[in-house]
Parts: sequence; C-alpha cells; structure tokens
Amino acid sequence: MAKILAVDDSASMRQMVAFTLKGAGHTVTDAADGKQALDIAKTQSFDLVLTDINMPVMDGITLTKELRALPSYRFTPVLVLTTEAGGDKKSQGRAAGATGWLVKPFNPEQLLSTVNKVLG
Amino acid sequence: MSDEELQVNDSLDVISEIEDGAEQFLTFILGDEEYGVEILRVQEIKGWDTVTNIPNSPHYLCGVLNLRGTIVPVVDLRLRFEMAECEYTATTVIVVLNIEGETQRTVGIVVDGMSDTHNVIPSDIKPSPDFGNTIKTDYITGLVTLGDNMVMLLDIDRLLSVEAIG
Amino acid sequence: MSIDISQFHDVFFEESFEGLDAMESGLLNLEDGAADIEEINTIFRAAHSIKGGAGTFGFMAVSEFTHKMETLLDEMRNGQREVTPESTNVLLEAVDVLREMLTAVQQDKDTDDARIALVCEQLDDMLGGDESSDIEQESETASTDSDGDQPIGWKINFRPHLHMLQTGNDPVRLLRELESLGELSVNLDESQLPLFSDLEPEDSYLAWQMELISDVAKEDVVEIFEWVEDDCDLTIEALFSTAETSAEMSEAESAVAEPAESAVAIEVTQLAAEKTETKQKSSAAPVAASIRVGTDKIDSLINMVGELVITQSMLSQVGDNFTEEMLPQLIDGLAQLERNTREMQEGVMRVRMLPISFAFNRFPRLVHDLTDKSGKKVDLKLTGEQTELDKTVMEKIGDPLVHLVRNSLDHGLETPEVRLAAGKNETGLLNLNAYHQGGNIVIEIEDDGAGLNEEKIFNKAVEKGLVNADDKLNPEKIHELIFMAGFSTADVVSDISGRGVGMDVVRKNIHSLGGSIEIASEKNVGTKFTIRLPLTLAIMDGQTIRVANENYILPLISIVESIEIKDTDIKQVSGKGELYKLRDDYVPVIRLYEVFNIEPQITDLEDGLLVVVEGDGQKVGLFIDDLLGQQQVVIKSLETNYRKVVGLSGATILGDGTVALILDVPGLISLYREPSSKKGLVKPERAA
Repeated sequence: MAKILAVDDSASMRQMVAFTLKGAGHTVTDAADGKQALDIAKTQSFDLVLTDINMPVMDGITLTKELRALPSYRFTPVLVLTTEAGGDKKSQGRAAGATGWLVKPFNPEQLLSTVNKVLG
Repeated sequence: MSDEELQVNDSLDVISEIEDGAEQFLTFILGDEEYGVEILRVQEIKGWDTVTNIPNSPHYLCGVLNLRGTIVPVVDLRLRFEMAECEYTATTVIVVLNIEGETQRTVGIVVDGMSDTHNVIPSDIKPSPDFGNTIKTDYITGLVTLGDNMVMLLDIDRLLSVEAIG
Repeated sequence: MSIDISQFHDVFFEESFEGLDAMESGLLNLEDGAADIEEINTIFRAAHSIKGGAGTFGFMAVSEFTHKMETLLDEMRNGQREVTPESTNVLLEAVDVLREMLTAVQQDKDTDDARIALVCEQLDDMLGGDESSDIEQESETASTDSDGDQPIGWKINFRPHLHMLQTGNDPVRLLRELESLGELSVNLDESQLPLFSDLEPEDSYLAWQMELISDVAKEDVVEIFEWVEDDCDLTIEALFSTAETSAEMSEAESAVAEPAESAVAIEVTQLAAEKTETKQKSSAAPVAASIRVGTDKIDSLINMVGELVITQSMLSQVGDNFTEEMLPQLIDGLAQLERNTREMQEGVMRVRMLPISFAFNRFPRLVHDLTDKSGKKVDLKLTGEQTELDKTVMEKIGDPLVHLVRNSLDHGLETPEVRLAAGKNETGLLNLNAYHQGGNIVIEIEDDGAGLNEEKIFNKAVEKGLVNADDKLNPEKIHELIFMAGFSTADVVSDISGRGVGMDVVRKNIHSLGGSIEIASEKNVGTKFTIRLPLTLAIMDGQTIRVANENYILPLISIVESIEIKDTDIKQVSGKGELYKLRDDYVPVIRLYEVFNIEPQITDLEDGLLVVVEGDGQKVGLFIDDLLGQQQVVIKSLETNYRKVVGLSGATILGDGTVALILDVPGLISLYREPSSKKGLVKPERAA
C-alpha cells in the first residue's frame, strides 16, 4: 500500500491517524512539527503527506511550500488538516500548493475515504 | 494417621475427581478433635516458623511471619478455642488460608497436625449442635462423619475475620 | 466497519491537561506585560489542539467551549484584539472550566453547568456576541431546483488550469469519483493540446465535457471539485429529460448561518447530550495511574540488570564447584551483588521520581488569584524546581503545600500600606525552595511578612484550653501551638485559608508520609516552614532497637538523640509519670516494655538507653535496652492481612527472613497516654 507521512503536534491525533491508516495496510511515519516532517521527507519518499496547520517550529502551510520546492514532492498529494473556522487556511493551503484538505474534526472513516480517494 | 505436609501438598496440587456436588475438605487435628476446612481455601501448609510477636494483641495471636515477602498473621487455634495450650512439636504445622471479607486476606492457623483430604457430599453434613456458651458455636458450620471420626467444619471467614483476630 | 478510536482517549486527556497547564502559565506570563507574539501563539495552539482532539473524539461540548477560547486567542495573535488583564482573566477562568469539563468527561462525572454557562457568557461578551459569523456551517442544505423540475443529472465542463497538476491533484481521480456517482459519459477536448515538441509534461492541456446521469444533488458534484475549484474552469448545469438547458446555476456555496441561539442554550443542550453520551460508556474505572519516565532512566536500569546478570552467573559458577579456596571469590561476588542491588534499588526509585515543579506549578496561578482578591502585592519565587521526589509523595504533599502558601498569603504577608508603614517594600516576597539533603527532600516556604503573632497565638490557645494562662512557653513552643487541632487565629474565617482545620491536618499528612515540619518565625521579619520528606514511601532509614528480647525498628527521621541516663536527671511527677530533664525541657520517659507489655530484661534506667524521639510535635524519651544497627528497610504492610496496630506503622523483613515491626512515634505516645486494656496475657514461649 502507500507510504504516508502524518504531521500533527497532537499525540492523540498522530496515534489515531497512524492506527487508522495502518489498519488499512498503509505504512505511516509521523512527525510532531513541520521541521521534523521536512527532515524526514528529505530522506525518504512518501506517496502522501497529511499535515496539521497549527504547529510549533514550522507550521503546515510553510511545510507545504517547502515540500513543493523539493523536486521529488512536486506532485505528491499533500492534504492539510484544517478546522472549519479556518476558511482562509484552505486557500492559504492551496496557495502554498496543497492538494486539498480534510476538515477537523474527522472520524477514521472520513480519513480513510479521503486518503483512498487521493491515492486513487 | 496419614503423613504430613508432603502428601497433603500433593493433594492440593491435584484437586482430584470430585463426585457430583461433593466438596473437598482438608482435615487437621487439634488435641483429640478433628476439624475441616474447604480445600480451595488452603493456600499452603508450612512447618512452624519464626513468628514476630505483635504487642498488645490477643493471646491467641502468635504474631506475624514472613511468607515470601508478605506479612501474614498466625493464629493459635487451640488458644482461640480456649483449649489447653501445648508445646509445638515436629508435627505442628501452620495452615495458610485465604480469608474472604471486605478484602481478601491471608491468615495462618497453627494446628497439631494434618489429617487427610476428604470428599464430602453436602447432604452428609449435619448441622452443628449447640456447644453451649463456648467459642465454637459461632464458628462451626456443620459436622460430618468421616471414617471413625466426627469432623467439625470451620467457617474460617468468621473465625479469622479482622475483628475476630484483632 | 467502524474503527474504535477510544483507545486514544487517554493520550488525548493527558496532552490536553498538559496543554491547559501550558495555557495557564502562558496567560500568567502575558499578564505580566510581556505580550510576546510567540507566547500567544503557543497558547492559541494549545487551545486549537484541544478543540481539534475533542471534536475528533466526540467530546462536542468541550470542543464548542474551547472554540470560543480559540477564537479569542486567534484575534489576539492577529493583532485584532488587545491583550488586556480583563481578557486574560476570562481566559484563565475558561482554562479552569475546561479542566473541569475534561476531568468530568474522563471520569464520567457531572459538571458544574452553572459555572460553565457563566464563563461561556463572559467569553461571548468578550467576543462581541456576533457568534454566528465565526461558526461557519459546512453542511449545506440541499438546494432544490427553483424550477420545480428535478434534473436527471448534470452537464459538467471541466478544464484544469495549466498548473493544476502541481498541486498533486489528478484529473483522472476526479473523473473516477464522478463515475462513482452515476452514469458518466465523457468527451475529451484536446483543442488546447500543443505540438509534442512544445508539450510541457507537467502541465495540463486537456479538458472534458461530461454528462452525469444521477440523482445526486449539485453540491455532491461540486464537492468532488472542491479542492481544485481555483485551479480550473468548471461549469455544472442541470440536465433535464426535456432537452431544455436550465439557467446556469451559480456555484456559489450558500453558507447558512445558524439562527442565533443564545450561547447558554447551546451549551446546556450540548452538555445534556454529552452527559447521556458519556453515561453510556461502561462504568468508568478510576483513572489508571501512569508515569512518564525519561528513557535515560530506563536505559540505566537496563544496564544495571545486565550487570546483575553477570554477577549472578559468576556466583553461580563459584557455587557449582565450590571449594574452600574459592571463598575469597565468593565474598567478592557477594560484595558485587550488594553493589548491584543497591544501584538497582536507587535506579528503580528514580523511575518513580519526578521534579517537584509539577507540584510547584500550581502556585503562580494561586498567588495571582489570591493577590487579585486581596489587593496584596506578592512576588513569588520558585527555586529548586528540578529537585526530584517520588510521584506519590508529590501528589500527597500538594494539598499541604497549598495550605501553607495560602497561610502565608493570608496571615503572613501584609497589605502594601502596612508594609510601607513598616519600612518594607510594598511588594512582599514568597519563596518556595526545594533541595536534597541526605536521603530526604527539603521543601521551604518562606515569606517576609509579619511573622507569627505570638501573643495572639498564646491567647487563642488559652482560650481553647490548650495551655494554661500562666504557662511559660518559649517562642518555639508557641509556634508549635498552631499545629494543634481546631486552631485558627483568623478573626474572620476567610475563604482564603479556611477554618483553621488546616495546620494539624498539614502536619498529619506530612507525618503519614514519614516526614517532618518545622516553623521558624520572627515578628515583622517573616515566617519559614521547613518540610522534610523521605525520597520514597516504600523504603525508610531505620534504626534497630532492642527491648527485652524483641527487636524493633525506629524511623531514623524521628530520632532526635540518644542518651545514657543518670537517675539524677529523672523527676517523678505524680500524674505525669517519669520525666527526663533534657536541657531546658522535660520529656516524658516511655518504658517501651510496659507499653508493649513484654517481660523486661532491663528495668533500671541507668542500664539502658533513652532515645529521644519526636512525633506530632511532641518530644518523648523511649527507654530501650540497646541500639543496634541502622539500615534501609523496605516497608511492608501490616494492614493487608492483619490490621492497623496503634504504635506500629508497618513491618519489614530482615536479612534473616524474620519480621521486624516498625514503630510509629505518635502512636506510641498515645499508647502511653491511654493504655488500652492489656489484652495480651504474657504469651507462652514457643520452641521451634
């Protein structure tokens, strides 16, 4: 299945996402902030990146921009996890090059269906 | 009289085939009387060991001993039943029992010697007679005839409750 | 297939409580004037995480409540809202309420709905009451065709912009999704495709005209293109069975704002819903205790176990073919075993140890709240926060510390006016300090306030009949009086320090942890409480003593000194027994063999030893036969299988496997004062 990079500063979210996606047969690597994620992304290749927006050190929007600047990640699906109130975050995310978004809160089923959609 | 600890411990290891509805009891000797306890409540049987006295405790409380790291109180049943005390001999053993109550506790009783294990059908158990005003009345749940002897079955949860041995 | 994520609830609660702590200290820092943008961001993120997690795990009331806080904080970090004491105070209260709400959910308990509603209102007022603009409604009501005619499907024209692929979006995926909605027929439009030589492989030139026969709503089609709506040209027209093309419908999403209900009503219904929700959980077991341990501690333990294994195999070898010549090796091996065991013991103890900062962390907030109410100015200094102590000890010392701090703030530290008049700085100092000393942790609580009012205390004690009016007590003894039950010199029972049930309970709690507490105070200069606690509850430094032919263990921490007595130092006082003159004081002599009712071997005071001990603020002298060794003992419970015995705090197992009883000084003192009917007749000697 797919190699997925999940980025969120909340441990419970990381655990939930990893558990859900692993259960569907994917391989999941996680990171607690954008910088960590970027470092990991540079050394491995992923089929999909899921990232929260509000994180310390480097936020999700910046991470998306940085990823898109890397040759191997120009077309990799990147989904930002945004809360409903962050309407402008969605467009910010897209402006940064994100593929799309997932609205928080989401349940595992929604996560899986969106991920499957994107991975085609 | 069958032999001591070894055989009884073997019996404990193998709770043998029990007839329908029968319960197993372990019997022991105190003076010239025989008593029985449910075998499932017997944790183990020890030889006499050094016991540390607890100040200001009832006279029938010998004290406490170390059972593999746990502090276990030891009660002298003879004194508890107000019988004549006697010196401990080579056959004196401590029967370590699991007591039910508000919490589960482990308590040891000192007896003269072990007797045997018996399968007892509940219908064979006769109600305990009135012992008059002695201690025993409260703690015997019934009588059963095993072999030639009359065995008194003990209610150990009452006999060795926190209040009873405090 | 439903995936159960309740297994992550514990992690969520844990990180949420941590987040709340971070928010609290962040908000307190903000108050002090440093409106640091980074700080505000941190606070915002904490709230954001809690909101997101709460929503994900289904705790909707928590999520809604946190959302309000998050909105406020968002405005602050965007510069749209000024950081004022008023707003930080409301947020601090909100943090409290949120903590309560999370605890209630975690433990399946009820919440203080009135308080929640109140704080909600405060938050709403701050936010300007225009709630609806913030809560976007994602769900859209299905829009029916205004023509009254139901479309049989949709006509979709889709042209991705040149660079759409660079967002990782794939038109093929979109088409596949459309296909899943119904019957799809696709016409490719290659009109924009350039010559091969001019083709940029990363760009998109193709477009599609499609017809989707389906009864799905337009929103469902729009949704599929949601992510790419800015990166493409998209038109969706209704398809009718009559070949009429309907008017092009605009794509504009209609955000339907919720009718403006009062925030209170929403909260209350949410809470009611959540209550039933949480009640349906299987009866919540008490929260399992857990502890975070640094991996360095674990690694070091693993190393020690490794060394223990080596020692064991070495001893095993020595044992296999033992001859007398191997005795030195055996002794060496045993010495090594002793080292290994001691190291492991210390290592394992350290696993349970946490820095005292966890206990100290509540104080900035406490001091802030109390000084707010009282108008006093206090500078709180915390030092030695990294000093470690056992987790359980720390949990139990929390309340006593709070009480002592409240005491300082209420009775010790004066108002600015009084302080200025006394020539002091109008801001008082409150210092909490912790450090290790010997096998203990020492915690000091010191203020530069008014000090204990000895006169007032003495008078109060006389009033309560604790001392006689003509008793001459030195300052130290007067200070000790405040630890007596029912004592309080507060003229008005303030809600700050309560009803004076505090100090004796404080001392009792500290004693039950095997510790001690001392006071030092000077009028107008200040007061200092010094608490000493053992580093762990399970192990204690013990002094073995012998009384007749029995050995007992005395807690080292309770021993003041041991003396050989001269008869001339003893005074017999009728009604009070024997007293020993210890410098300026007279201490009662307790003959342990009497209290324990055992046959004495030594009865002449000059032949034995007097060990002066302290318990519950009283000093007594225990008359014993001899002092034996000192060692660390592992405390074992007597109560598990037997019961609590007055005068004993537990038992331990000695090296020879026998049980030794651990004495409890306050218990001994009460036994001495009120000997219960001597139940034990002299016990018969038992030969093995």
